[in-house]
Amino acid sequence: MSETAYNFGYLDEQTKRMIRRAILKGLAVPGYQVPFASREMPMPYGWGTGGVQVTAACLTPEDRLKVIDQGADDTTNAVSIRSFFQRTAGVAVTGATRDATLIQTRHRIPEAALTEDQILVYQVPIPEPLRFIEPRETETRKMHSLQEYGLMHVKLYEDIARHGQIATSYAYPVAVEGRYVMDPSPIPKFDNPKLNDCPAIQLFGAGREQRIYALPPYSKVVSLDFDDHPFVASKADHACDLCGSGVSYLDEVIVDDQGGRMFVCSDTDYCGARVAAGQRGRLSPPEAA
Amino acid sequence: MPAEQMDIFASKKALAAPLLSVQGLTKRYGARIGCADVSFDLYPGEVMGIVGESGSGKSTLLSCLAGHMAPDAGSVVFQTAAGPRDTVRMSEPERRMLARTDWAFVHQNPRDGLRMGVSAGGNVGERLMAVGARHYGGIREKATDWLGRVEIAADRIDDRPSQFSGGMQQRLQIARNLVTGPRLVFMDEPTGGLDVSVQARLLDLLRGLVRQMGLSAIIVTHDLAVVRLLADRLMVMKGGQVVEQGLTDQVLDDPQHGYTQLLVSSVLQV
Repeated sequence: MSETAYNFGYLDEQTKRMIRRAILKGLAVPGYQVPFASREMPMPYGWGTGGVQVTAACLTPEDRLKVIDQGADDTTNAVSIRSFFQRTAGVAVTGATRDATLIQTRHRIPEAALTEDQILVYQVPIPEPLRFIEPRETETRKMHSLQEYGLMHVKLYEDIARHGQIATSYAYPVAVEGRYVMDPSPIPKFDNPKLNDCPAIQLFGAGREQRIYALPPYSKVVSLDFDDHPFVASKADHACDLCGSGVSYLDEVIVDDQGGRMFVCSDTDYCGARVAAGQRGRLSPPEAA
Repeated sequence: MPAEQMDIFASKKALAAPLLSVQGLTKRYGARIGCADVSFDLYPGEVMGIVGESGSGKSTLLSCLAGHMAPDAGSVVFQTAAGPRDTVRMSEPERRMLARTDWAFVHQNPRDGLRMGVSAGGNVGERLMAVGARHYGGIREKATDWLGRVEIAADRIDDRPSQFSGGMQQRLQIARNLVTGPRLVFMDEPTGGLDVSVQARLLDLLRGLVRQMGLSAIIVTHDLAVVRLLADRLMVMKGGQVVEQGLTDQVLDDPQHGYTQLLVSSVLQV
């Protein structure tokens, strides 16, 4: 059901080349924010225009695409981007992390381990980790080039002073290969350790801010912390109520007006596969006899 | 100034090389002169005042010295730990490193020198973290210590500077600058905009810190009372030129240049 009126992947070839050049530069300088001429996409900013452009530049007709939004394959953002590429590129799509060659994600890293044959594309709202402490872009660029990252720790210091611990729970800043400090996009800090030494190529696209950055496979990615307040990858202290997994990242869902709640895996593919394999959680429906 | 005190300075100068040696510093704004051909030496432990009316080029001079602005000609040789270096020709990373460690800059308006959205403790700790401190407890302990030294109650450590009075903000700015133990402090009208009693306490505090830590300082001000109290040596500027320099008391009590005479006689007597 490909729409032949569009070039493969919606963007024209020149634009894709421009984006690929930015991606290559990003891979050559891990963590560095490469400016690129972001295009208007047929979706509003904040809906993944950066990620979509990176995906479009990376897609080949043989690719199998998976799109997730907060871990789920079936939420609005994921469904619309997936159907966008089905229509404009006619590529195969999948929900299974293992089967996908290219995964576009919003705010999660899949639970299943990624492989060298995969590319993970992140949608990034604000690529500049220093933005909220130093609003001047001219100044933050200088700080990056001179590796002046003391301010990043000021932010963490403020967290501890105010909350007794590092309260930053998502978009937790990381240092890449001992050089650039990078915003890992608003993934929960639970996912931060997965950025490190990852076999897959990780690409980050920010459409409104016109920046692309990248982590080549097996990059060293360290979450910033203090010696006496080390980084902790936290998650809700529960097991999934559907599949019983005690190690996956959980969403909290309010189920009634009496404060009833359940915790479910945010990664629907991971959870679904476990349920299919016969795993059960606290609120699983009783087995069909 | 008593004779034996002058002898102390004389022996100091004989012992040490100048901490800062400025030669022919010139900055132009197009056809206008910011400051022209300024030369002086500053020795360790010495406090120099720069006075002059608005537009006389004293702030331009200070910005050039502190590396905030690139001068058009001249050299500013600073005695770094690894020997004398011309900071004008230094690479920017080196200069910024110097600005975080051996130098300090106290702005006239604390809003320029503080992060208003960050707590007092964070403000003091920033320089420590910028030079690699990564132990929260240690940073906090040092911040508490410095807040005490500038007479800010320890329980205000988590308050933001926007909740502080003007005098407290200025004291916080001083603590933030001195926490890394700099050797040279640049001050641009440190008491400007404060009322007299607060000014007096701030000056008292500054004088104590300067003596206690053996700091060298360059203070730009238009307030002659401030230099009388703090500065060993005085430089008078007019129209971008240095018109007179010498020991503070000597210049103020026996001004030679016509402009200095005017300046001294213009001070209101209460």
